[in-house]
Amino acid sequence: ADDCVIIAFESTDLFGYVGIEAVLDQMRRKTMKVGLEFNIMVVGQSGLGKSTLVNTLFKSKVSRKSCTPNCEEKISKTVKLHSVSHVIEEKGMKMKLTVIDTPGFGDQINNENCWEPIVKHINEQYEKYLREELHINRKRRIPDSRVHCCIYFLPATGHRLRPIDVEFMKRVGKIVSIVPVIAKADTLTIEERQEFKERIRQDLAANGIRVYPQKEYDDDPEERILNDRIRESIPFAVVGTDKEHQVNGNKVLGRKTKWGIIEVENVAHCEFANLRDLLIRSHLQDLKDVTHNIHYETYRVRRLNESNMNFSELGLSARPLENGTADTSESESHL
Amino acid sequence: MDAIMLQEKLVERLLCPRVRTARQKEKQYVGFATLPNQVHRKSVKKGFDFTLMVAGESGMGKSTLVNSLFLTDLYKDRKLLNAEERINQTVEIIKHTVDIEEKGVKLKLTIVDTPGFGDAVNNNECWKPITDYIDQQFEQYFRDESGLNRKNIQDNRVHCCLYFIPPFGHGLRPVDVEFMKALHEKVNIIPLIAKADCLTPNEIKKLKDRIREEIDKFGIKVYQFPECDSDEDEEFKQLDKELKECTPFAVIGSNTVVEARGQRVRGRLYPWGIVEVENQSHCDFVKLRNMLIRSHMHDLKDVTCDVHYENYRAQCIQEMTSKLAQDNRMESPIPILPLSTPDAETEKLIKMKDEELKRMQEMLNKMQQQMHDKD
Repeated sequence: ADDCVIIAFESTDLFGYVGIEAVLDQMRRKTMKVGLEFNIMVVGQSGLGKSTLVNTLFKSKVSRKSCTPNCEEKISKTVKLHSVSHVIEEKGMKMKLTVIDTPGFGDQINNENCWEPIVKHINEQYEKYLREELHINRKRRIPDSRVHCCIYFLPATGHRLRPIDVEFMKRVGKIVSIVPVIAKADTLTIEERQEFKERIRQDLAANGIRVYPQKEYDDDPEERILNDRIRESIPFAVVGTDKEHQVNGNKVLGRKTKWGIIEVENVAHCEFANLRDLLIRSHLQDLKDVTHNIHYETYRVRRLNESNMNFSELGLSARPLENGTADTSESESHL
Repeated sequence: MDAIMLQEKLVERLLCPRVRTARQKEKQYVGFATLPNQVHRKSVKKGFDFTLMVAGESGMGKSTLVNSLFLTDLYKDRKLLNAEERINQTVEIIKHTVDIEEKGVKLKLTIVDTPGFGDAVNNNECWKPITDYIDQQFEQYFRDESGLNRKNIQDNRVHCCLYFIPPFGHGLRPVDVEFMKALHEKVNIIPLIAKADCLTPNEIKKLKDRIREEIDKFGIKVYQFPECDSDEDEEFKQLDKELKECTPFAVIGSNTVVEARGQRVRGRLYPWGIVEVENQSHCDFVKLRNMLIRSHMHDLKDVTCDVHYENYRAQCIQEMTSKLAQDNRMESPIPILPLSTPDAETEKLIKMKDEELKRMQEMLNKMQQQMHDKD
């Protein structure tokens, strides 16, 4: 018999204003003071408009290409990851945006294992965070270099997923949130676009590839409905540009051709606005949460199980997981 | 003027009595200027054949372009493989043949398709099945040409290869360079920029310049348009110059007909506008079609016969005779069909043929000497 009586209430009507909701304001102010970090990786063959899209998404010149204007567009022989960080500010809210570019991916004649440097980088960031977390004297705010989102660029062939797409998304989809997009989609008519997307979704399901937002992480029915709608329309067909043109007296971002102007932010033309809303306006925090609560935790559990050592020894003698196996030598992770 | 009418007029003139001076003038006119017309009539009766190869990754719009060029629907029952099936796919060679007739002129068109090219993760030497196929056609023709019955030789040699470069890149990719270098001495390569409706006019220009630069840099020998004769008129020369400066052609194809500016045209309907395939300010489709079919089809065949095939043949003969020198045996370099046990009459025939063969072999040796001398 319990000698403690538990009184539970379903919900209580307050008979006055307490001020609990002011917590939201406090949170908001704190977030604004602290700012936020967001790390986004772009993967795809050369020429698919990765840098342009990132610049268009964040309405500023934040990609590698705009930062190194004199570098010639040569196809590099191996996949080299290249990070560029910027602090952008809007209405008092600061964001440290890091864009990780992956030039050389898929550009060679033989592209076997071209995803390995990418997998290695992602795991290295998790390892870095893990070590910080395991320190005895932990920093107040651990610098977060983990990849929150990976945008994978599919060429607008109109057919299906290619073998390299399947290989990449299968492997990387397990360790990071992938958002596939159809790049340079202004070569597909609306009908072709729908058919292409349908085939891609079939291929994704057939190969067991889970892209963001994953079904199993929907918290409540409301979120499920919202995410279902998103899942029915991915991959988004996007077009990017940094040029403006006059359309009906307004200045719009668009691409001017001989047969018309493609308005990037017009949802009747392409799905750029949907992608932007997903990544920035509605699911930014969710992407970070999924990375922290799910992908990072998965890595952590795997790591701790495999190394089978106690916590303090961990930081000294183990190497980050590369495709699931741990090595035993001191290493430094660097970009 | 029709050749028949012209000939009849000539005959009339020669047979009637007339003034001496006029007669003297007629003596200078022989009449063989009608030869092109005679050739024309004979060819129309016989019909033409043309073999066109299309190469490039999946989804570049090759099938659509072929359908647009020849106003046919060759790919009605095609099934697209999914990614799983594609992982184990190798490059195949598929031939479609179609007989087209227009205004009494018959064209037997063969399209050689190369599905699977460039689609795998590892595309090392993915062009090998293609080069093997082209060589096989040359070898087949070589055998037929050297054989005894040459009446009905089937010409399956590839006359032209349209290579589709994706518009997404910044120029030629490693696979483009390697493919063209492997094929430029076996077939006429015409590089095209595929799906050009995703590029603005500026981007097209930059890409074309870049590709031309890289073609030069890597020493790729694409098909060159023949120089204009100096006696052609200025308008023709101007058109020819424009054509040459436009390469590689940026093309768009379409299987559908849409309504644009009050007319029904082949095009693609987008929310932001309508792309007309046959509008010269939209893409170079018309230039490609004119060049391929209306003006340069015969030249493509000629270059295939005179340059690519002859190179192959010379190489082949050299290899064979160098092998002969090694083996030191009196084997005829010309492939002969095995003969069954002969009787007296056929023996005589065989002897005659043998002597003929010996004579041909001497000719070949002489030609080989000439080639050595040239080197």
